[in-house]
Amino acid sequence: MRLRVERVSHRYGPTEVLRDFDLDVPAGRITCLIGPSGCGKSTLLRLIGGLEKPASGRILQAGEPPSGCLNPLTYVFQDFALLPWRTVEGNVRLVLEDHGLGAAGMRRIVDDVLARTRLSDFARAWPRQLSGGMRQRVAIARALAVSPAVMLLDEPLSALDSQTRALLMDDLVDLWLRTPFTAVYVTHNLAEAARLGHRVVVLSRRPGRIREIVDIESALQSRSDDDAGLKAVRDRLWRAMREEAMAADRELTGA
Amino acid sequence: MREPAGEPEAETREVPFRGGGFAPRPRRWAGPLVFVLLIGLLEWGTRTGFISSLTLPRPSAVFATLVQLWQSGALAEHLLPSLQRLALGSLMGISAGIAVGVAIGLFSLVRAGLVPLVAALFPVPKIALLPLFVIWFGIDEGSKNALIALGTFTPTVVATYGGVDNVDRTLIRMAQSFDLSWWSIVRKIVLPGALPAILSGLRVSLAIAIILLVAAEMLGANRGIGAYVLEAGSLYDLERLFAGVVILSLLGIASSWLVSRAEKLLLAWRPR
Ligand SMILES: Nc1ncnc2c1ncn2[C@@H]1O[C@H](COP(=O)(O)OP(=O)(O)OP(=O)(O)O)[C@@H](O)[C@H]1O
Ligand SMILES: [Mg+2]
Repeated sequence: MRLRVERVSHRYGPTEVLRDFDLDVPAGRITCLIGPSGCGKSTLLRLIGGLEKPASGRILQAGEPPSGCLNPLTYVFQDFALLPWRTVEGNVRLVLEDHGLGAAGMRRIVDDVLARTRLSDFARAWPRQLSGGMRQRVAIARALAVSPAVMLLDEPLSALDSQTRALLMDDLVDLWLRTPFTAVYVTHNLAEAARLGHRVVVLSRRPGRIREIVDIESALQSRSDDDAGLKAVRDRLWRAMREEAMAADRELTGA
Repeated sequence: MREPAGEPEAETREVPFRGGGFAPRPRRWAGPLVFVLLIGLLEWGTRTGFISSLTLPRPSAVFATLVQLWQSGALAEHLLPSLQRLALGSLMGISAGIAVGVAIGLFSLVRAGLVPLVAALFPVPKIALLPLFVIWFGIDEGSKNALIALGTFTPTVVATYGGVDNVDRTLIRMAQSFDLSWWSIVRKIVLPGALPAILSGLRVSLAIAIILLVAAEMLGANRGIGAYVLEAGSLYDLERLFAGVVILSLLGIASSWLVSRAEKLLLAWRPR
C-alpha cells in the first residue's frame, strides 16, 4: 500500500508545525524521516496514522491493504507502550482479541510473531522483567501480529543503548528481507537512517518542510559501516542536518 | 586515580553509603511484637496494682470473657449479623462507587456534574443521616446497610476516578492506534490501570465501614458487636467492653489482610 501526504498544514495554537507538506511513501520500502528536534516529525507520523486530524490538506492511501491485514497503519512507539499488567504473550494478544480469530488462530499468530522476534522463551514473562531491547522487540512482535500494510515507527530505538540498537537494526533488516513491508521510520540518528532507509527525507526546522530527499540504492543486506557510497550519503545527510540544526539554534537563542 | 608524583599519599577513606530507605520491606515479627509488649505491660501493671482495675481491665480477664463469649454462643449471635451488614453494605457502596468513579473518569459531563456532589457528600458525617435513613429504609437492616453503603461509596468514588485519571495516556493512544474498541480500551487498559488506586481506596472504605457499622448498631440494634459494646459500656463492664473492642480490631485486621491478599493476586505484575 502506498501513502501520499498532500499539502498538509498543521499548527498547535501559535506554533506552526507543518506548512504545505507533500510526501510520497512508496510501497514495500522504508522511508526514513530525519530532522532537527521539534520540527514536527512525530506530529507528521500521528497525522499519517490517523491519530490526529491535519488543520488542512489530506492524507491518502493508494491500493488495498493485503488480505489478512488486521490493522493497515500500525505504530511502534519510542517508549514501547506495553501494558505492564499483561505478559509478553498477553500484550501481543491484546491487538488480536477484537478480531474474532478464535483461540487456535490467535495461538498460531502469537507463536509465529514471537518466533520471528526470538521471544518464544519469554512468552510468559512480565514486561518489567525484560530489558529495553526485549521490550521493543515485544512491541515489534505486537505490530507484526496484525500484518500491517504500513509500519509507522517513531524513534523506535532512541531509548536503547547503541549495542542493543545495532542488534535491533539487524533484526529489522531481517524482518524486512523475509517479507518486505512499507514503513515510515522517524529518527534523529543518521546511522539508523543510512542503515535502514531506502529513501531518507530530511526535514527543515519548524515549520517542517522537505529540505532534501536522498535515495539509497544499495540493498539493505549488503550495507556496512565502511561502504564508501554509504559514507558519502551519510556525509550529505550530516551537512543538511547540521545547517538546519544551527539555524534552529540561532532562532531559539534569538540572535 | 594516581596521585601526582612527589605529593604525600593522601588519607584514603571509604565512600559513605547514602542510599537506602524509603522502600518498605516485610518485617513480620514487628507488628505482633508491639502487641505482645503492650499487652504484657498492661497485664503486669494490673496485676501489681500499678494500674487500678477501675481504669483498665486485666488483659487475661478480657481474654477469659472472649472465651466465654465464644463458648456460650453469644459471639456468633452478635458477630454474624454484624458481618452480614458489613458485607452487604460495603458491597453495595463499593460497587456503586467503582461504577460512578469510572464514569466520572471517562465522561467529562458526568465529571462536571458529579464531582461537586461527591465533594459535598464526602465531609458529611454519615452517622448524622441515620435518622433520615431510618425513615427512608426502615428501622431494621435497611437503614444500617444504607449507612454503610453511603459511607464506603464516597471514598471509593474519589479513589477510583483518581486512578482512572492516572492511567497512562500513551497506552490509550496505543490501543487506539490498533483500532481497539472503546469497550476493550475501558476493560483492558483503563480498569487494570486504575486497579492499584481502587484497591488502596478499598482499605480506607472498609475501615470506614466498620466505624459506621458500630455506630449504626449502637443507635438501634439489639444484636451485633456495636450493641454488645454499647450495653457493656452502659454497665461499666470494662471486661466485656474491651472484649468487644478486641473483636472490632480483629475485624479491621481481617479486612486489611483481605485487601493485601487481593493486591498480591491481582497486582502481581507490579514492579517491586
Ligand atoms: N499536543 C501538542 N500541543 C501543543 N504543541 C505540540 C503538541 N505536540 C507537539 N507540539 C509542538 O509541535 C512541535 C513539533 O513537535 P513534534 O513532536 O512533532 O516534533 P519532533 O520533530 O517529533 O521532535 P523530536 O525530535 O523532539 O521528537 C514542537 O514544537 C512541539 O512543542
Ligand atoms: Mg518526536
